[in-house]
Amino acid sequence: MSTLRDDARRGLSDIWPAMLAAVPIGLLLGALAAGKGLSPLETMAMSVLVFAGGAQFAAVELWATPAPIGALVFSTLLINARHVLMSASLVPKLAGFSRGQTALGLYFMADENWALAEKRARTHALTPAYWFGMVVPFVACWVATSTLGAVVGAALGDPRRFGADFAFTALFIALVAAFWKGRVTFWTVAAAGLASALTYRLIGPPWHVLAGSLCGLAAAWFAAGSVGDAEPAPEMRP
Amino acid sequence: MTLDPHNLLAILGMALATYATRLAGLALAGRLQLSPRAQAAFDAIPPAVLVAVIAPSALATGWPETAAALLAALAATRLPLLGVVAVGVAAVVALRALA
Repeated sequence: MSTLRDDARRGLSDIWPAMLAAVPIGLLLGALAAGKGLSPLETMAMSVLVFAGGAQFAAVELWATPAPIGALVFSTLLINARHVLMSASLVPKLAGFSRGQTALGLYFMADENWALAEKRARTHALTPAYWFGMVVPFVACWVATSTLGAVVGAALGDPRRFGADFAFTALFIALVAAFWKGRVTFWTVAAAGLASALTYRLIGPPWHVLAGSLCGLAAAWFAAGSVGDAEPAPEMRP
Repeated sequence: MTLDPHNLLAILGMALATYATRLAGLALAGRLQLSPRAQAAFDAIPPAVLVAVIAPSALATGWPETAAALLAALAATRLPLLGVVAVGVAAVVALRALA
């Protein structure tokens, strides 16, 4: 019984730095969502149901009235495609989980708790107590801060006044840097940026996301094959 | 506190897409073998999508936005996430005032 509590406490103590780092990001997401006309309740629903920071930022950036559902779902699917590899690597380590615990546990798998769980699994058996000890406070924090951001953001008014509309662009640039893997990423970014901007000008949204993404992937494919120095990439970005 | 049905539908669609990617590991675990090229393309998905989303704002809005994006990219080589956001936002406010 005490192992259960120890594992849950261990999970909490592992996740809290990531939780702290997510506080301003959650507030920012909520404020930007409010700027696009999403209500605090809608922002909260998105944080609970989707729980994927990068995809949520992209969704808020794409958001319009009425919501472009196809573009939103497509962009979410693309941005979260990395979860396929992440969960494929995590699932064999969930041996102590019941079916229900696995289904619920994977529902809330995000970059941060996935990375911490993989790290934990190298030295210990991964227990549900550890996993949910991490995940529950992390999810609660994300939902609370993004909802609060939406409440506060709505009171602040036009985000353009503070340059907050540009916060996405800057945030995404910072995230791209976190995914940086050298030459292949350079060609990916160059192709995706150029194709997206051109498509946006010539055809219009939301097609720029599809065109840009596909050109970026094609560029990565060609760049990786041209020299044959593509790293095997066993370690995913945390 | 409102919840527009159309917005809820969009959010549910996003939730379904996300959950599908997280559950996919159950089917794939242990039998995923990607060629190095396919692996590189797979790894490139996040940056490609992120850039495709922001390119209109960074490259097709005006010179202050493009310049601020370059400054943010420069900042991204040294600063953590929030530092980059602060630099980008401050730069765009200052440059828009000049424009």
